[in-house]
Amino acid sequence: MNPANYVVLSAVLFSLGAIGVLVRRNAIIVFMSVELMLNAANLAFVAFARMNGNLDGQVAAFFVMVVAAAEVVVGLAIIVTIFRSRRSASIDEPNLLKY
Amino acid sequence: MIELMPAEGVFSLIWVLIALPLLGAGILLLGGRRTNSWGPYLGVFTVVGSAVLAVLMLLAMMGQPAEERSVGQTLFTWVFAGSFQADMAFQLDQLSMVFVLLITIVGSLIHIYSIGYMSHDVDKRKFFGYLNLFVAAMLLLVLANNYFLLYVGWEGVGLASYLLIGFWQIKPTAAAAAKKAFIINRVGDVGLSLAIMVMFVTFGSVSFQDVFGQSGEASEGTLTAIGLLLLLAACGKSAQFPLQAWLLDAMEGPTPVSALIHAATMVTAGVYLIVRSNAVFDRAVWAAAAVVLVGLITIFMGAIIGSAKDDIKKSLAGSTMSQIGYMIFAAGLGPIGYVFAIFHLLTHGVFKAGLFLGAGSVMHGMKDNVNMRRYGALRGLMVITFVTFLAGYLAIMGIPPFAGFWSKDEIIHAAFERSWVIGAAAILGAGITGFYMTRMVAMTFFGKARWEDDVHPHESPAVMTVPLVILALGSTFLGMALLFWGNIESWLEPVVGFASGPTTLSSITLMAITLVVVLVGAFIGWRQYGANPVPIEAPRGNWLTRAARRDLYGDLVNEVVIVRPSFALARWLAWFDSAWIDGIVNGSAAFVGGAAGRIRRTQSGFARSYALSMLGGAVLIVAALVLVRLS
Repeated sequence: MNPANYVVLSAVLFSLGAIGVLVRRNAIIVFMSVELMLNAANLAFVAFARMNGNLDGQVAAFFVMVVAAAEVVVGLAIIVTIFRSRRSASIDEPNLLKY
Repeated sequence: MIELMPAEGVFSLIWVLIALPLLGAGILLLGGRRTNSWGPYLGVFTVVGSAVLAVLMLLAMMGQPAEERSVGQTLFTWVFAGSFQADMAFQLDQLSMVFVLLITIVGSLIHIYSIGYMSHDVDKRKFFGYLNLFVAAMLLLVLANNYFLLYVGWEGVGLASYLLIGFWQIKPTAAAAAKKAFIINRVGDVGLSLAIMVMFVTFGSVSFQDVFGQSGEASEGTLTAIGLLLLLAACGKSAQFPLQAWLLDAMEGPTPVSALIHAATMVTAGVYLIVRSNAVFDRAVWAAAAVVLVGLITIFMGAIIGSAKDDIKKSLAGSTMSQIGYMIFAAGLGPIGYVFAIFHLLTHGVFKAGLFLGAGSVMHGMKDNVNMRRYGALRGLMVITFVTFLAGYLAIMGIPPFAGFWSKDEIIHAAFERSWVIGAAAILGAGITGFYMTRMVAMTFFGKARWEDDVHPHESPAVMTVPLVILALGSTFLGMALLFWGNIESWLEPVVGFASGPTTLSSITLMAITLVVVLVGAFIGWRQYGANPVPIEAPRGNWLTRAARRDLYGDLVNEVVIVRPSFALARWLAWFDSAWIDGIVNGSAAFVGGAAGRIRRTQSGFARSYALSMLGGAVLIVAALVLVRLS
């Protein structure tokens, strides 16, 4: 199978994730979209590693996974805290941090 | 160049001459009110002490042969930096000696007179402190053996003059006059400091010995520059054209100050400077010519102003300008004139001090009114003042055998040896002197009484009249004494040089012509102010009178030439500063502030719009990378 297809799939997944981040209001969904973008990037890394015949891309994918796991821990904690105080998981409502 | 003798015997006390009045000034000015009761007497005592010491030194000096009369005393090295050295060192030679005598003796008489004149003033202790300070600074000026130390004395007398003109600073006019005198003097001081710098660069030293000893090696251009700068300094201190405007206003000070500082001593410091620097002027022909020109212009300016003023002190101040013009004029003539510049300086110092103190005595009896149009017929009521004033009057006009006759006649004689044009001008100046002095005497002592209602003229107390009598005796006999008994030409000759050239007229003819011109001037003055009644309100007068009442537009010229352009420049600079410099600084700040105010609106607080801009940025970067790769 042509490895370029993996790269195309990765681009499609990344675009879906980006659109999800931009258009959805629910923080959890936005979060999931971010995860989708990260995993699209992972897919591209792994595909390129295969194409180049070395392990550099796979190592990078592992790093991304670890960072994503840590991010999920912190991010979910923030979302839960905001939900507790505001009774809402909308990403547009907490807008105090502005000019 | 004369070698200086070591200071031995009484000459080892040269420093005491200065230290005594300086100590007096220190005690009086720092001692505060505790010294109020005895302070003035201490002030008199220190100056009289210096005078006694000066007379002892004169006697010792006369006992020496002529070539051993210059004495030097070095106290310590004062400034030492690189190759520059200035010592705290004094030089007492024949020239310094006559100045020291003039300063201390006239100074003593004026101190004594001031006890009477200032008896009602609450601040008389301060007054005597300042007077002592002045005497100390003036003695330092004439005793210094280098230009650097001379400069200290030069500034010291300027300070004392400022303090004393503004002594009644509660009057705004006095405060303004003090500032004016100080500022105009600064202009001259710049000339002196530049001259000192040029000397140091040229000769590597600022001591009289080195500068005069090496003056033959410098180029004429350098010497001319030094001479002109020294002339500028002399113009400032001696109120010569074009820096003459301050002297008339300086009459705001108490009358003893006008007599001591602004007639007898300080204003003659310029003459001292030029005569002392004779080695420079002898070789700088153009500088010497400039000195003559300045002197001539000032002779006429001063005389014309003196002829028009109704204020007795200002009229005398115009006369002082004019007489110092004669001295500067004589000093510019070169070796034929130096001796007579100093001779006239000495006689003038005595008779003008007498005239000023006489004017002060009149004012004392007239409730401090200075307007001569409100005087008249005082000769019977103030007999001593009248007679002593008359002695000064005859002396300044140059009527034989009074003091001024001998000195002024010699100057006119020297002028004729140079050229008949300047000689004739000097004679004409003498004629105007006759006019304005006769006018002053006629308006003050003759005619009808024009007193204000509540004025009761009376003679002054003995403490004031005794100095008047002594100065009047000096006005009468000093000229003869110095010329025949003191032999002033040969006395000063080792220091300043002396030469007499061929003259175009015999001295008897010259004397007769001068005398006739003076008497014509005096006759015109008498016909106008003695024979005819003097109106209380000044008549409008012709254009020259009106110009002279306004100091020949001296203030106007300063205003137009210096003050207004300075103000215009200052205003333009202020405008440039606020409009352009501040504009650029404030403008850039406002631009940043305004731009930031707009840009911060993008910080909307919506997380999704941030995400969009991040995406947009990422897309832009990727697009740029792709473009770079493809091209």
